Formats: sequence, C-alpha cells, structure tokens
Amino acid sequence: MEAVVVEGVAKTFHLRHTRSLKETFVWMAKRRDVGNDFRALDSVSVRIEQGETVGLLGLNGSGKSTLLKLISGVMRPDEGLVRVRGKVAGLIEVGAGLHPDLTGRENVYLNGSILGMSRAEIDAKFSSIVDFSEIERFIDTEVKFYSSGMFLRLAFSVAVHTEPDVFLVDEILAVGDEPFQQKCLRRIEELQHEGRTLVIVSHDLDVVERLCTRGLVLEQGRLVVDADVTAAVQHLRRR
Amino acid sequence: MDPGRGGGLLDVVRRRHLLRLLVKKELRVRYWGSSLGLLWSYVKPAVQFVVFYFALGVFLQLNRTIEDYPIYLFSGVVLINFFTEAFGNATRSVVVNAPLVKKIYLPRELFPVASLVVAIIHFVPQLVVLVVAALATGWRPAPVDVGYAVLGLGIVGAFALGLGLLFAALNVFFRDFENIVDLLLLVATWVSPVLYPWTAVREVVGDGWLLQLYLSNPLTLGVELFHRAFWVPGLTQPAELAPLQLPMLVGGLLVLVVLVLGQVVFARSEGRFAQEL
Repeated sequence: MEAVVVEGVAKTFHLRHTRSLKETFVWMAKRRDVGNDFRALDSVSVRIEQGETVGLLGLNGSGKSTLLKLISGVMRPDEGLVRVRGKVAGLIEVGAGLHPDLTGRENVYLNGSILGMSRAEIDAKFSSIVDFSEIERFIDTEVKFYSSGMFLRLAFSVAVHTEPDVFLVDEILAVGDEPFQQKCLRRIEELQHEGRTLVIVSHDLDVVERLCTRGLVLEQGRLVVDADVTAAVQHLRRR
Repeated sequence: MDPGRGGGLLDVVRRRHLLRLLVKKELRVRYWGSSLGLLWSYVKPAVQFVVFYFALGVFLQLNRTIEDYPIYLFSGVVLINFFTEAFGNATRSVVVNAPLVKKIYLPRELFPVASLVVAIIHFVPQLVVLVVAALATGWRPAPVDVGYAVLGLGIVGAFALGLGLLFAALNVFFRDFENIVDLLLLVATWVSPVLYPWTAVREVVGDGWLLQLYLSNPLTLGVELFHRAFWVPGLTQPAELAPLQLPMLVGGLLVLVVLVLGQVVFARSEGRFAQEL
C-alpha cells in the first residue's frame, strides 16, 4: 500500500522583485520585469510504500525541500497531484514552531499541538518528551535563554513524539552533540521498526546510507535517480 | 488525503486547543516583562474615559446637548476599539506568523481567528469600565438591553473577522494593505455615530435612502445597538431611536457577504502563502 503518491508534479516560483503596489504598477507601466520564474520541480513522480524509508538527495537548490513542503501541505503543486495516507508530520527545519518568549513547557504544548497532537496525547507524553530532550532543569525557563543546542533538542524531542504515519525529516540529523545525535538516529530507527514511512533529506551521505533503503536524486528539479540507496549515493559521489 | 487543503473556518473549530494555545501565546508575548500585565488593559480605557469626560463633556459642553454624553461616547468608543484591534491585528496575523506558515502546515485561518479572540479578551476590561461608569450614572439594564449588546458585538466581530480574513490574504501579496487598513480604521470612528448623534446625519441627508445607507453600515448598527444597551436605559428623558429594521437586514446581509468573501479569498490564496512570504 502506498503511503505517499506524487504524480507529475511541477512547481514554479515567481521571484518578485517588489512587494509594494506602487512599484509593481510603475514597473509594469515601464514594461520592466516585475519578476522572473524559477522552476523548482518539473514532472516529478514518486510512489512511496508504507513502511519504506526513502532518502532524498541532491545538491543545494535541486528541489528537495520544495518536494517535502508539497508532501507536508505547506505548499500546493502547480501541476500534478500529491496524495498522502494518514497523518504527516514534518521536521522541516526544527524549531519553527517554538516561540522564544514562552517557556519550554508551554512550547512543548504549543509545538505539539501545531504538529497535530491532541491535548491528551501531549499530557501523556510530556514526561517522555522532556526526558528525551534532557533539559528538565530548564523546562520552565523561557526558550530564548536556551543555548542553541538545548533549543534544537527540545524541538526535535517534540517532533519525534508526534507519531505520524508519514514522517518528513529535513536536515535535522545534525542536531546537538554526538551522544544526542546517536540517540536521535536510534529514535528514527525505532520509528522505522514501528512501520512508519520516512522521507529523509540530508547531505550526510553516510547517515542516509545507514537509515534508508531507497534513494532518490533530484537535479535541477528533475528526478534523475530512483534506485536502492547505495546506487543513489554512488551517483551523487561520482559527481 | 490531499495535503494542504483545509476546511476553512471549520478547521479552527476542530483545532480549538491549538487556537487556545495561540491566543495564550499572543497574550503572554504582549505582556511579557510588564509587571501589571493584563491590568494595563484596564488602565488604558479608564484613562481614556476620564479624558473624554473632561475634554468633550465638560470643556466642549456636549453634556448639555446630549444627556449622559460620556456614556454615549464611551459605549461607541469601546466597540470601535474592539473593531480596530480585531481587524488590524487579523490583517497582520498571517505575515507576522510567517515563520510558522512557511514551515509547517496548519489551518491558517487560526491566525486571524486568534486575533479576534485576543481582541475579545481585551474588550472585556473596557466593558467593565463602561458598565461601572454606566451604573454610576443610573443605568439599570433590562434583559433585552443585554441582548442588544450581544447582538452589536456579534455583528461587529463577524464583520471584523470577514474583513480580517480578506485583508490578511491580500497583505501577504502586497504589504500596502496594512496601510490601507490603517486608513480604513481611521475613517471607521467617524462614519458611525460615536462622537455625534445619528440625528445630526439626518439633518444633513434627510430621511431618504442615504440615511438608510448610513445606518446599514455594520459599525453604525453595532454602535447604535450599544447605545440602546448602555446609554438609553439610563436616560431621564427618552431619546429618539434610529429606525434599525431595514438597516439590520441590509447590514446583516453585508456582514454575511463579507464573511463568505473573506473566507473564499483566504482559502483560494492560502496555497500560495508559503512561497510569497
């Protein structure tokens, strides 16, 4: 059974040079470009089976993050369709849902709720979230006083407790110190064993090889490789 | 499931808990580091009332032409304050929450609705000041008066939410709309009978359709209903009440149209928020 279906998806960004009405009118009158188009994704089709772990590879600007954002619903495709079975949670840049003026505790609730957890779920998992992040002592301190490592730990900890059916991970395995990284990887492997579907974006090819079974390589918005992970990593290393 | 397609305002009802947390966040952030906290929202309207009382009522001697002028004035002012905050903050709500909108999918209607809820919370202290002042001048409300107040607040709140949704969406594409909204809000105080009585308008435009149009403005409706709730019951000589039957119909319809239009425009442009911010 497929967990994620992406069919003939294209996404074009219109890079606008101005945000003001006046300038837009003036520029249009002068026939100057108000913006230009940038094709971030072009006829991409992927089917991801339930329980699969897929690594999404490619150089900067190849469209990896755009694809993740389409799957998570933050953006919608211009062409083609995206379908997802079950609940999606994205770790698209950890900490996006954390607010510096709130305490760690308040942020656990706010961020958990943003990621789709119900209040009862958060109540039940609260202590496990705090344990995982290893910052009990600071849980009632405002997040703006946290070190960047503590900040990321808390954010990651909330995200891995959301129990989504499809889990999107964007460049977050570089969180914290070595022991914490290992803990994160173990947690991701746990999620795999629970039969969840994972899509992982990372530039750390070793990590991708360790976690994923299948690799996708994007080049300038096109899907060029869809094979087992070793082949995909080799394709990227050869460049 | 089709990711990124929401159920509009219905989603907000479904995610009440998140709405509550967003509202709490908003209040916490606004009063962080101030020792009086929410008390400030009592101090401000109280000072505003005292200033109005002396400047307009005593010095400009409006107390003589309109009985209980401070109450008349203040019941309109608090409603306009509410509208200004709800509409203004709703317009900015999506742009202000850009980091969230760009990274994680959640029903984006939550942001304008949270602005409305925060405005309601800030409205309560002003209402308290108004009620205390009205009681002091002999106001004894009947149940129907409470009904007028609720109806007035409902009309203005729904109007602010509809406009807020519409302009929040437009503001994502062009930040000029923030300034347009500020301008509209400036006008709002003067196109409804807050500082002057509605009869002053009738003297100029007569009894015809222009007056009906003036009264059909949802803000005018709200303000007039507030007058009936808080000002009229305390009067010793009965005041002439504005005819509100037809305007209620037209204004109510207008609010509904604005609400639907706002929701439709918001839902249709929502898919492009993440890339435009």
